[in-house]
Amino acid sequence: MADTATGQNKVELMSQVKQHIALANAQEMLSKMTEKCFKKCIQKPGKALDNSEQRCISQCMDRYMDAWNLVSRTYGNRLQREHYKGTVEMAD
Amino acid sequence: MSDYENVSAIDQELQDFLDLEKQKAQVNAQLDEFNEICWEKCIGRPSTKLDHATEMCLSNCVDRFIDTSVLITKRFAEILNKRGGMNDN
Repeated sequence: MADTATGQNKVELMSQVKQHIALANAQEMLSKMTEKCFKKCIQKPGKALDNSEQRCISQCMDRYMDAWNLVSRTYGNRLQREHYKGTVEMAD
Repeated sequence: MSDYENVSAIDQELQDFLDLEKQKAQVNAQLDEFNEICWEKCIGRPSTKLDHATEMCLSNCVDRFIDTSVLITKRFAEILNKRGGMNDN
């Protein structure tokens, strides 16, 4: 039974898995961003979000994504460096 | 047993796909951890752009965190080894 997964089925399954993962990642980022930016921007919760708090939040979101990209680039570079080091050490 | 091998051979492509996605998820989880730690360390009040010092802080933070993790892992292993050695006596 299981062996009759057609190519079509497989492609669909894979794209579903990818969609689920993308959604989960987006949700994770959203909740982290909310937590972090609330902490940074709302010192003393008032009756409503005032203008400066709203401005802070939107800046915070942009900076959060900048930071994420930079962290991701740095980690990527590090992984590459370690990988390169590994191959050189093996060659020695 | 041979049935199982057969099935896994047929679904090798699927297996490879899942392995890759799993690896990506692990890298992603690691990134989340770094980001969490380095955001708290490096970001003051969010401004209109990341300034140079903040960028340096973030990328140093990632590298030093990894260094720290490697160092602690090594030293912890040494401690465990020593303990193991003492128990043998």
